[in-house]
Order: sequence, then C-alpha cells, then structure tokens
Amino acid sequence: MADLAVRLGGIPLRNPLLLASGIWGESGDSLAGAWAAGAGGVITKSIGSESRRGYPNPTVETYDRWGLLNAMGLPNPGIEEYPREIAAARAQGATVIGSVFGSDAGEFARLARRIATTGVVAVELNLSCPHAEGYGTEVGSDPADVERIVRAVTSEVTLPVIAKITPNTSDPAGLAAAAERGGAAAVSAINTLRGLAIDIRLRRPVLAHGLGGLSGAAIKPVGLACVWQIFERVKVPVIGVGGISSAEDVLEYVMAGARAVEIGTAVTFDGIGVFGRIARDLSGRLDELGFARLEDAVGTAHPARGRPAGAPAGNGPTEA
Amino acid sequence: MRTVVPVTERTEETPSTVTLRFPFEPAAAPGQFVMVWVPGADELPMSLSYTVGRSKGITVKTMGDTSARIQAIRPGDLLGIRGPYGNRFDLSARRLLVVAGGSGAAVLAPAAELARAGGAEVAVALGAVRASELLFADRFRAMGARVDVATDDGSEGAKGYVTAVVERQLRAERFDAVWTCGPEVMMRKVVDLARPRGIPVYCSLERHMKCALGMCDACAFGPYHVCVDGPVFGSDRLAAVADFGRFHRDPSGRRVPF
Repeated sequence: MADLAVRLGGIPLRNPLLLASGIWGESGDSLAGAWAAGAGGVITKSIGSESRRGYPNPTVETYDRWGLLNAMGLPNPGIEEYPREIAAARAQGATVIGSVFGSDAGEFARLARRIATTGVVAVELNLSCPHAEGYGTEVGSDPADVERIVRAVTSEVTLPVIAKITPNTSDPAGLAAAAERGGAAAVSAINTLRGLAIDIRLRRPVLAHGLGGLSGAAIKPVGLACVWQIFERVKVPVIGVGGISSAEDVLEYVMAGARAVEIGTAVTFDGIGVFGRIARDLSGRLDELGFARLEDAVGTAHPARGRPAGAPAGNGPTEA
Repeated sequence: MRTVVPVTERTEETPSTVTLRFPFEPAAAPGQFVMVWVPGADELPMSLSYTVGRSKGITVKTMGDTSARIQAIRPGDLLGIRGPYGNRFDLSARRLLVVAGGSGAAVLAPAAELARAGGAEVAVALGAVRASELLFADRFRAMGARVDVATDDGSEGAKGYVTAVVERQLRAERFDAVWTCGPEVMMRKVVDLARPRGIPVYCSLERHMKCALGMCDACAFGPYHVCVDGPVFGSDRLAAVADFGRFHRDPSGRRVPF
C-alpha cells in the first residue's frame, strides 16, 4: 500500500486530504467528525475579529452534482469565542489548521497571533473569498497587498502560514509568488470562482447577496491550471483545491504540482464519507501507477519531473 | 432543486399561525422540511404540514421579521421551494403518544394522520399559551385521535404546561413511542419523562439553517447536522448530544443557551 503521509511546509499530515475551510467548520464536533471520517487535517471556517451573521438566505444554489454557488458572507462566532471549538476538535484528536480573514495586514496579524495559541498546526489566510466587501479577494488580488499581509503574519507567528489564493484575477501564480516572498510556508489554490444565478420567474438574483462563489466539479480544470502555473513559479508546497471528489481528481492535482488537497463541495454531494473513500482509493491508484509514496507523484506531469517515456512530450499547457 | 410556485390557498389557523398551500410535485413524508424562499426577505426551513398529493403546505408562526412577511403573503404570491429535505417519522408504532407544543403541531398532524391511516392508536397532548392558539385540535380529532389539551392560562383544558398532561398519560397508558415537536426545553422534558418507562421519543428539532445540504455547519448539533441527520431525532441519538434542550447556535455559529 502506497504511503499517503505527506509533509506540508513542515506540517506532518497522515494523508493529503484536508477539509476545506467553510465546510463543517463552525463547530468543533463537526471538525472532529471530518477527522474521524478520514481527513488528513481539518481547516476551520474563516474566523474574523468579531462575530458575523453572514448574509441572509438564500445563501446557496446547486447545479445537479457539478456545481455549487454560495455566498455565506463569512459567518463566524469571532476570534474570542471560536477557540473553544478548536479545543473541542483537538480533544477528539483532530489535526486543525486555523483559517482567518482580515481587512488589512494588521488585522490578519492580530488574528493569526491569537489563533496560533489554540493548538492549530498552521494558519491559512483567506485572501480569496470572492463576495465579501472589504475582505478576501478585495485584499488579495494585488501581489503587493498579498506580500504585505503574509509578511505581517509571518513576522508575528512561528507556525507555518498558508496563503489561499484567488482565481478571480489575471495572474494567480503572481499572487502565489508574492505570498512566497512574504514568507508563506505553502499556498492553497483555488478559492471559489465569482458567479451569479438569476431566477427568471422572480427576475432577481437567487442569492440574497447577488454575487457568489462557484465550487464543485465545474471548477476543477480552473484549479488544475492554477496549481500547474503556481508549481512552475514557486518553491513552497502547493495545496490544490477545486472540484475534487475522487482519488483520480486528487492525482490530477498532485501530478499538476499539489502536495496536498482541500475537499469541500464533495462533502455536500457525497457526504463526509468521501474522505475515507478517497483515501482508500488513492492508495490503490498509487500502487497501480507504481508510486510507493504520494510525495513521489508530486508534479510528475510537468515535463521536467519524470513524465514517463513514451508519453506525449514537450507540450505542457500553454496560454492561448 | 428549486422551484418557484404560487401560493394557492391561505388559511389563518390561529391568531398567530397561517397555513400556505402551494403546488409542489416531489414526494414528501411527514417530518421532512422544505426551504421556503420569500423573495426579498429570507429563506427558512419549514416542516411540511401537508405532505400528501400535489398540493403541499406549510403552517407558520407569524413572528419575527420574515414571518411577518409570510403573514402578508396572499394567494397568487410566489415562493421559492427546495427540498424536501431530512428524515421522517417512523410509522411502525401501534400505540402512539403525540406531544405538540405551539406550532409544533404543524409537523405532527400529517404524521399522525398517516399513523392513524395505518391503524395506529393515537393519543395527543396539545399545548398552547391560550385556547385560541391551539393548533390543529380539530384536525387531530377528525383523524380519530384522543386529544388532551393544556393551556398556559387555563382558558382550555388543564392549566399549565403540556408536560403535566404527558406525565398523566404515560402513567395511565402504555405507548410504543412518543413523537414530539415544540419548544426544545419541553421536548427535553418529554424525553426525561419517557426514559424511565423505556419508551423511545422522537423529537423534530429546529435549528438555524443556511444551506440545508449538510455543508455550512449552521445547524451543527453535536456530531449531527439537523438538516441531513434530522430533523427527527430519537432519544437514543439525543442522549449523546449535550446541547439538546440547552444550547443552539446563532447565525454566526456562536453557541447560545435556550
């Protein structure tokens, strides 16, 4: 059986399958449930300085099994209240990564400093929520902002810092490079793609907030392209996110350059058992493909990284 | 899948409760709920009070901002409906006690109707603040259930909480199961009353919900999510949840006492 354990910017993970931020992350029992279901680590809901209700409903729209549009609006109990949930998850053995969102470098640094005291193994910075005024993509689309925010955090905390990058920009790899310059231990890509749904009978957007973020199978090719380009641009490990619901999806991301992945929307369509199923299938697929360890497969679709002889040569993705 | 449907019928059941009927094709079972989108206001989880046939219905307490909007809805107005979601009441019990507090009767009445149609004996303990707020008392009687009433002010039936009626019923008769819906503190009391007699209690729970798809965690309830693991929970599962009858979560996810 192939070894699924990976090291991610110094963080040891029993497998590369992380619960994505925003899914099952409001309560410690839910985080622990994802861990018990086989996740290699669980990422909290993005936590801010104050408690936030989020947007009114409707907050989600689904598209069969291929997509999910959401605008939750960063609901969270606030940084003073939330550590009790992390404690509950850790008490049940979970490896927890704390996600935070702020409106500027100072707020990110304060939140990271606080969450770093709760026993999390790393801090993920939400630089990429596509629909929250003053947060997420709005502070994470300019490489200079990303570098400044990441540097402010890495100068405050000793834990590994992960920057979650937006795809809603012309150059996600440039944002990843900026995060690396700021001292990020890893980058995760991608967050959701900005999207909209309209009810034609009511002649209005379905989501109360109007704009939302698209996740699920529909965005997998976009996520793969971002991971591919980021892998060619930075040295720090990449966490692949977007539309993963099978071991084959994981391996696509791994071969594109990801050392770990985040899984979220698949929990909606397949249930939390998706973690155990993918972990089992992943070992088998790695065996079949001749990899003793998952880490050996990282980036292997890139021309310089062990694409097997006889495979089509020399035509990695190019931008049209 | 979301559909937009016109309200076909509006009935004021009590001074603070209204039933809205609308065409909705998907099959539904008593206990299940739908997400009801009131355009421009909110989208809320609501148990179906009419589950049979093409014309489904909800029966809603008209308190709070969105509920006030629901109160104002008239036939012809459009609602967005998605679902049905969640689990259902198990209909296998032959001798059933149904405990309804306030608008909790909305989900219990259609379930009791099916149980009666299947030949079960049904006793009902129905509670409300005053006589005019007793919901579906006639509907329960019409299905052939025995109805015992309690009101907080004593304007009909026993004066006080409905749990006093339940205590008496449990002493006087044997039941295979208890179904209950109402204030969670009341439901917890019902579970406590039935436990020493070894009678399983099935509670229909309410939590703040957003996605109703088991994703967003808004309705996290111990190891469960009320939207996909509930809303009906048996006393065996409830025993493992310390929050039952004590804490819920506000829209930010903060744990707050009832």
